[in-house]
Amino acid sequence: MANPRQQIERTMNVFFFVVASASITILLLIMLFLFSEGLPTFTFVSVKDFLFGIYWYPTSDPPDFGIFPLIVASVSVTILSAMMSIPLGVLTAVYLSEIATPRVGEIVKPAVELLASLPSVVIGFFGMVLVAPFLQTVFDLPTGLNLFNASLMLAFMSIPTICSISEDALHSVPTALREASLALGATQFETTLRVVLPAALSGISTAVILGMSRAIGETMVVLMVAGGAAMVPGSIFDPVRPMPASIASEMAEAPFRGEHYYALFATGIVLFLFTLLFNIVADYIQHRFKQVGEATL
Amino acid sequence: MDNNITISTQSALPDSGAGRNSEKRSIALRSLLPGKAYQRRRKLVQGAAFGLFRLAALVNGLALFIIVYFMVNGGWTAINWTFLSQPPRDAMTQGGILPCILGTLYLSVGAIAIALPIGVASAIYLNEYARPGRVLRLIRLGINNLAGVPSIVFGLFGLALFVVYFGFGVSILSGAMTLAAMSLPVIIGSTEEALRAVPDTYREASLGLGATKWQTIYGVVLPSAMPGILTGTILGISRAAGETAPIMFTAAVFYTPSLPTSIFDEVMALPYHIYVLATAGTNIEATRHLQYGTALVLIVLVLGMNLVAIIYRSHLRRKL
Repeated sequence: MANPRQQIERTMNVFFFVVASASITILLLIMLFLFSEGLPTFTFVSVKDFLFGIYWYPTSDPPDFGIFPLIVASVSVTILSAMMSIPLGVLTAVYLSEIATPRVGEIVKPAVELLASLPSVVIGFFGMVLVAPFLQTVFDLPTGLNLFNASLMLAFMSIPTICSISEDALHSVPTALREASLALGATQFETTLRVVLPAALSGISTAVILGMSRAIGETMVVLMVAGGAAMVPGSIFDPVRPMPASIASEMAEAPFRGEHYYALFATGIVLFLFTLLFNIVADYIQHRFKQVGEATL
Repeated sequence: MDNNITISTQSALPDSGAGRNSEKRSIALRSLLPGKAYQRRRKLVQGAAFGLFRLAALVNGLALFIIVYFMVNGGWTAINWTFLSQPPRDAMTQGGILPCILGTLYLSVGAIAIALPIGVASAIYLNEYARPGRVLRLIRLGINNLAGVPSIVFGLFGLALFVVYFGFGVSILSGAMTLAAMSLPVIIGSTEEALRAVPDTYREASLGLGATKWQTIYGVVLPSAMPGILTGTILGISRAAGETAPIMFTAAVFYTPSLPTSIFDEVMALPYHIYVLATAGTNIEATRHLQYGTALVLIVLVLGMNLVAIIYRSHLRRKL
């Protein structure tokens, strides 16, 4: 029955489906290996002590494996950087989508894209050799490598993410909505603030969450710039040690499949779960509040 | 409408008295519109807000400019032929960065060689074959989440799977596979965009001539989408070249005495070299110019590739 052509068709369909599931397979493999290397941690430290212990001294004797200071560091760095990147990113997106003339847009947009393409190690290096001494003298601090510096550098890494996704969301708002508002006598700014922004809100929220997810997972910047002290910070000028920095700097010295090695993988699990949560929330917002067309707004 | 109040605000304005006698009707009409002061305030608010938006965009451009400026300023004196063509000497305080340039090249090209076929095929499935439904949703969720996995977690994954479990050791192969896993979502995204840009009439014309779906994809859709896919590939390579965290445990080392000869050799890489020199070198201050120089080479490499891709893409978009 099946002629060769149909057979090829069927084979190709299956082939492409199998390849397309590679991404999800990799994701599952990541989880599998993180958990298989990280879960042994909980044979020598309880989940509660691991997550809420405030002492991270993995190499002292006896060692302490409490990642609470690392979690606090990651969360505070992310929040502080979001306070800078959200306004800057969203405002730039509004500028690009609503105000800029095509000619100016053609210069600003590539600039934002190039900002996104700067390697993280270069931004970390910049923060280390130029921003840190600057902060140290201006604010008269013991060290310029601190929470604030790391947040500032991270902000400029997450701005492009926030900006480009927000801009897509703003672009997809139907022009008819803008025209209706303008025809009723609203100024362009009133139209942007009251009509376009609310219509694009779900897309902008997604952008913000993905930007924050990028900031919490970013490694090189916090490794080079955050200062590296595993303590709960008391001010924004205290040095901190976020989770990625801890993993990156200690893995090389941790004895293979020793307690420290397992604990670092367990830290990786916590970090992974954080970003997974961010992404699932972003995905949920995107689908739950999807802007289907003018009629549903 | 409260005419009295509106008229009284009108008459408070300097020019409202001029036509009072002759144009009562027009005043009555004008009174329905908001006052001039209010109009002026709206204009002012709009001007201020737009100024703020412009400022935000300016800050981004400025940030890019400042970073690139300082890297060029600090690095250009370090760059000469010796720097680009020699291995490091004297405990990495002298000499060049040739092994790092080659290492980065091997890793990023290797990563894309692995990720490109998988990524393009995935995008073809998503855009040409898949029907909307739970399966498609699940695959997309997987891709989105893969894109969000932190780079250091990819490093841990590469260490556990490729280095240890598969026994590849710290090698180009392990590093390239780890980077490939990381760049997969980027490749899929840009390929999908390229496929979406191919007009449906192309597909319909091909199918109408009796071609099967696969023949249509292979003979019509892919060739039309090729430039877009190429752009995505360049972006993918540049992304992979700049990453540090995924190769820290899987491929990169402080120093190798010789250039790699096989895919099972460990390598030096530009991003890791910057990190090592800047944080753990024997004499951090004395190698500052080498750090700047290496950073500049990396920036030129990455931004150069991106610029080519961006220009090429805007050229393509204008043509469509």
